[in-house]
Amino acid sequence: MTPIVLTFTFRRLLISIPVIVASTFVVFLLVTLSGDPLANLKGRNPPPSPQVIAVEAHRLYLDQPVLQRYWTWMTGVLRGDFGPSVRTNLDIGHEIAARFGVTLRLVAVAVVLALLLAVVVGVLSAVKQYSGIDYGFTFAAFLFLSMPSFWFAVLLKQGGISLNQLVGDQVVYTIGERSVVVDGGAWAQLADAAGHMVLPTVSLALISFGAWSRFQRASMLDVLNSDYVLFARAKGLTRRRVVVRHALRTALIPMTTVTALDFASLISGAVITETVFQWRGLGDFLVTSINQRDAYAVLAWLLVVAVAVIVFNLIADLLYALLDPRIRYE
Amino acid sequence: MSDETKTATRHKPPAATVRQRSQRELVLRRFLRHKAAVVSLVLFAAVVLLAFAGGALWRYDYADITSAVSVPPSLEHPFGTDNLGHDTFAQVLRGTQRSIEIALLIALLAGLVGTLWGAFSGYYRGITDSVMMRIADLVLTLPLLAVAAVLTRGTSGSWWFVALVIASLQWAYVSRVVRGVVLSLREKEYVEASRALGATDRWIIFRHLIPNALGPIIVNVTILVAAAILVETALSFLGLGVQPPDTSLGLLVSEADTAVSTRPWLFYFPGAFIVVIALTINFIGDGLRDAFDPTQRKVRT
Repeated sequence: MTPIVLTFTFRRLLISIPVIVASTFVVFLLVTLSGDPLANLKGRNPPPSPQVIAVEAHRLYLDQPVLQRYWTWMTGVLRGDFGPSVRTNLDIGHEIAARFGVTLRLVAVAVVLALLLAVVVGVLSAVKQYSGIDYGFTFAAFLFLSMPSFWFAVLLKQGGISLNQLVGDQVVYTIGERSVVVDGGAWAQLADAAGHMVLPTVSLALISFGAWSRFQRASMLDVLNSDYVLFARAKGLTRRRVVVRHALRTALIPMTTVTALDFASLISGAVITETVFQWRGLGDFLVTSINQRDAYAVLAWLLVVAVAVIVFNLIADLLYALLDPRIRYE
Repeated sequence: MSDETKTATRHKPPAATVRQRSQRELVLRRFLRHKAAVVSLVLFAAVVLLAFAGGALWRYDYADITSAVSVPPSLEHPFGTDNLGHDTFAQVLRGTQRSIEIALLIALLAGLVGTLWGAFSGYYRGITDSVMMRIADLVLTLPLLAVAAVLTRGTSGSWWFVALVIASLQWAYVSRVVRGVVLSLREKEYVEASRALGATDRWIIFRHLIPNALGPIIVNVTILVAAAILVETALSFLGLGVQPPDTSLGLLVSEADTAVSTRPWLFYFPGAFIVVIALTINFIGDGLRDAFDPTQRKVRT
C-alpha cells in the first residue's frame, strides 16, 4: 500500500465527517418533529404527576432548546455516551452493539452465499453466452431482482412451515435467531443457531444474488472478449485453463467492489427480512425506535450504518487499488 | 447500480449518420431485437390496460362488499374474496393502478430533479459541484424509514404523498449518474464549439448536455420504476405507505401476511402482480440499455 493510497484514505475519511454530522442533524430534526416522545407516559392511566413528567423530560434533554439538545447529544457521543433512550433502563450503546452482532451474522453469511452463487452462475452464463443455460440464469436473476423482499421472505417462511409439517419435525426454524432453551452442549447450540439462520439467510442472499450474478456475467464477458484472453487461447492453452486461470481472476476484481458496497447497504437493508423472521437485529431496533419517537436511538442506528457505509466504501477502494495495478488514486 | 454507472461512463455520443432521425430508428431497431424486452413491453402494456380499463369494467368495485366472505377463487370471484367480502380481483386491479401511478410519479419526479441537479453539478464543477454532490450524499444517507415515518404522520397517506416521500430520496441516485455522464460530455468538442459561438450556460446544458445524456437517464429512470414498486411494497408492509381505504399492491400483500396459510389467494395474487410488473420493467430497462449503448453489446467472437 503506497503512501498515496493512505493520503487518499485519510482525505476520504475527513470528507465523510461533515456528511455524517449533517445527516445526524437532519434525522434528529425529523424524529424530533415526528411527535412527543413522552406521549406514552402522559397517556397512562392514572396520569403520572407533573413531577414525574418533568423528571422524565429532563432525563431526555427535553427541557433544553432543540439545537442545544443536538449539541448535548453530539458532545456525549464523542465521550462514548449515546444519550438517553425513551425506554427507561435501555443503554443505547450496549443495545445497538448487541443488535449489530445479530444483523452482522445474518448479513455476512448471506453475502458469502450470494457471492458464491453469483460467481458460479455469472461465469457459467458468460462462458455459455446465449445458450439455454444463459437464458435460464438470466431469467432467474431478473426474477429475484423483481421480488419484493417481504413477499419472498413470507413465501420462504411458508415453505419452511410446510417442510416441517411434511417431515413431522422442526427442520428449519421460522421465528427468531435462536431458541429460548436449548438442551445439550455446544453442538446442539450450534445446530439450533444454524437451523434458525437457514431461511433468513437464503431470503437475503437470493435477492442480492440477482444483481450480482448479472454483474459477474457482464464483467466476465468483458474479460473474455479482451485481447489477452484471445492471446492465451492462441498460445494453445485449453479453454478451461484460460477461463479459470486467466479470465476469472480479472473478472473477480470489479465484483469485490460491488460486494463491499452492497455489504454496507445490506446492513441497513435487512429490515424487512429481520421483521418477517422476527430477528432482533438493527432493523427491528430502528422500527421500534421510530415508533417510540426515540430520537437518540434512531441517531445511534444512523451512526452505526453511516460508519459501516464509510468503512466498506474504503475497503472497496483499497481492495480495488490492491488487486488492480492499473488503478491509481491521486 | 454499478451496471448503470458502467453504462454511463461508457456512453458515447451517436456516430454521425447519413439520414436524419436515424439515431432514433437505430435505438428502436436495437430495442426490438431484444426479445425479452419486447415481450415484457407487451406484457406490461397488457397489465396497465387491465388495471386501468379492466378495473372500470369489472362487475365489482374495489370498495364493494359482497356477501361472499373468504371464498377461494371461483368463476364469480377469480381471485377469491377477503374476510369482509371484498372481491380480491377488483382490489388487485385497483392496487395495480395505484402502484403504477406511484412508481411513475416517483420516476418522473426523481428523474427530473436528479437530471437537473446532476447536469448543473457536472457542468459547473468546482465548488458548486462539491456542494451539490455533498447534498446528494447527505440525502443518500437518510434512512427512508425515518423520513417516511416523520412525513406521513398526520397525513392521510394518500398515494401521491407516498410517491413524493420516496422521490425526495431517490433523485440523488439519478443525479449521481447524470453528473458522471455530464462530466465527460462537457469536455466534448461540440460543447466547446457551442461556447465559442457564444452559447450561454443554460443553452449548453439544455440543448447539448441533457439531450446527449438522455440514454443513461432513460435507462436509469426505467429501472427506478421497478425499484419504486418494490420500495412502496416495503413501506406499506411497515405501515408507512398508502393507507386504507385506498389500496396498493404493497398494502394488499402486507394485509394478507397473516392470512397466508388460511386464505393464500389474498397473498399470492397481488404478490404475483408485483413480480410481473417489476420483472417486465426490469427487462424493458435491460433492452433500453442495449439499445442506447451499442458499445456494451457483446459481439460474438
